[in-house]
Amino acid sequence: MEKYAIQIESLTKRYDEVLALDQVSLHVEEGELFGLIGPDGAGKTTLIKILVTIIGADDGKASILEMDTRQAKKSIREIVGYMPGRFSLYPDLSVEENLSFFARAFDTTITENYSLIESIYDQLKPFKDRKAGALSGGMKQKLALCCALIHRPKILLLDEPTTGVDAVSRKEFWQMLREIKSQGITILVSTPYMDEANLCDRIAFLQGGKILSIDSPKNITDQFPWQLFAIKSQQKYALIEWLRAWEKVSYCYAFGEYLHVAFEDNTIQAKALNNYLGTGSISASEITVISPTIEDTFIYLMEHGTRC
Amino acid sequence: MKKFYAFVQKEFYHIFRDTRTMMILFALPVALVIIFGYALNNDYKNIPIGVLNQSKDQTSEKLINRIIGSGYFVVEKSLEKPQDIPSAFKLGKIKLVLYFPAHFQKELYHSKKAQVQLIADASDINTAINTTSYLSGIINEFNAENAREINGGIQISTRMIFNQRLLSVYLFIPGVIALILLIISALLTSVTLAREKEMGTLELLSISPISPYMIIIGKVIPYLILSLLNSFVIILLGIFIFGLPMTGSISLLIMACFVYTVASLSLGILISTRVETQQAAMFASLVTLMMPTMLLSGFIFPIESLPLPLQVISNIIPATHFIVLIKSIMIKGAGITVIWKPFIILIGMTSLFLFVSIQSLKRNN
Repeated sequence: MEKYAIQIESLTKRYDEVLALDQVSLHVEEGELFGLIGPDGAGKTTLIKILVTIIGADDGKASILEMDTRQAKKSIREIVGYMPGRFSLYPDLSVEENLSFFARAFDTTITENYSLIESIYDQLKPFKDRKAGALSGGMKQKLALCCALIHRPKILLLDEPTTGVDAVSRKEFWQMLREIKSQGITILVSTPYMDEANLCDRIAFLQGGKILSIDSPKNITDQFPWQLFAIKSQQKYALIEWLRAWEKVSYCYAFGEYLHVAFEDNTIQAKALNNYLGTGSISASEITVISPTIEDTFIYLMEHGTRC
Repeated sequence: MKKFYAFVQKEFYHIFRDTRTMMILFALPVALVIIFGYALNNDYKNIPIGVLNQSKDQTSEKLINRIIGSGYFVVEKSLEKPQDIPSAFKLGKIKLVLYFPAHFQKELYHSKKAQVQLIADASDINTAINTTSYLSGIINEFNAENAREINGGIQISTRMIFNQRLLSVYLFIPGVIALILLIISALLTSVTLAREKEMGTLELLSISPISPYMIIIGKVIPYLILSLLNSFVIILLGIFIFGLPMTGSISLLIMACFVYTVASLSLGILISTRVETQQAAMFASLVTLMMPTMLLSGFIFPIESLPLPLQVISNIIPATHFIVLIKSIMIKGAGITVIWKPFIILIGMTSLFLFVSIQSLKRNN
């Protein structure tokens, strides 16, 4: 059997009434950048917390590099780097003091593993004497990432690192993740942003504690079975209502200024669509065939159940 | 060990960078000592008293002179008959009436004992207790000096029997030490641990190679050092500003402070394992630790004047025993042979709290 970086088998976790994780199984290969995609409350944080041995699962098995999260807590903690969803550094310590503290807490020094964080820390250097609490959101995330990496973990677990961060910083952050991956570190990252899924090698869709699908972003979008149209119109709300009233429409959701529409009957083409809109006296300024996005697939899978 | 050093260093950063913590550490003790010191000291000189002497003999006059000679009392009024006592108090000028019944000296020499009555104005309970206690002290000294000659004793009868000697004026210094050590040790440690929980940093620490015990000890050590430092500051203030005597052994004093601090720290840890937020930690330490220590340890209200159920509670408060220890060591110069009992009680309590808090920590992990 191949040695997986992370292997999870029918993991279940319950908080009182709520089933946070329901028979979740997945594996992450070594050197992979794996995305855990799902809305708030899907169970992403719970899954990550079980993997870093902060909480225990009720049922099932989870192991990291073949070490069980129940039995080998200590050895797992040495090889994982964890960045919590909430900013969890000391706001009254400076950037440098925070990093130095976490380095020493993990029996290492900043200089020993500086090569790993160099490109990230370079951006923080001008602020190294500033208190962590006074940093901007993006800077805080970079510092937290440095702190999670300072002991050169084999596996990096990031819980929603880009939530609440501006678009530019988000892009930068993913760039950094790719760099870290190139150093041979396996990364598991959770995010509620569907657009970030394309940046992962493989993703798992998580919804209500269950896995909807696990695959590469490309294969995931291939699961969308119909031809997809993007329609733009001045009369957006009329357009949505009119299309939803059509019994042949099997998928209809707004994405920004476009409306994504699909039909179970694949013979329906742009022309027929335009004709139908005409009967409702709606004029579309644009009708194009597009390839489905991750989010289209996610919504489809959510409505029609899993295919894996 | 390097990890541990890093942790303690971080803890000192937290302390020195937080103005509120610094105020509690360094401004509060000085403020408390000065406030309590002057509030208590000003009242207890030249206390106006009344004398009702129905015996008018040599011994009673000698005793009255002796009392005036102490400097603490001034005879404001001479009364003629017991019926005048209530009206004398109503005028509010005198705090206490010293009553020698008729045949005082005769009884003293013939039946070897004579009664002298101290009637205090109980509306001002603190003053009443302190003045009767001063007076009792003076009378007892008088008894001891004249033991050979009189070969009997003057028996004091008073409504509030307070067994402290003359020196009970220094009660507040041990009380302030007890309170400050409790604030620093229990309140600040429980708050700082709760803060790590609140910020989520405890979660990060919990998966670092720093063991939970190291986290706790690392948290506690800076506060232990600062607490001991602080008690010295308070004691020095007491000695140099208020003339507090230091007659006993310094090492015994340090030991008492150390044991009491460890007890307070364990209570702080115990609280922090039960609460999630800083507010809850603060509230819990205020209600369950500070209030009882302020009110029931004999710091503000003498234990003897408390109703019985509260006296029982008073005995299970570590500060009660700590105050007894400090007073005995500093003022009476008592050695370990004299104070072993409160010492053992305090050590026992400390071990119990330490054990319970460690158990509580284990359950939390």
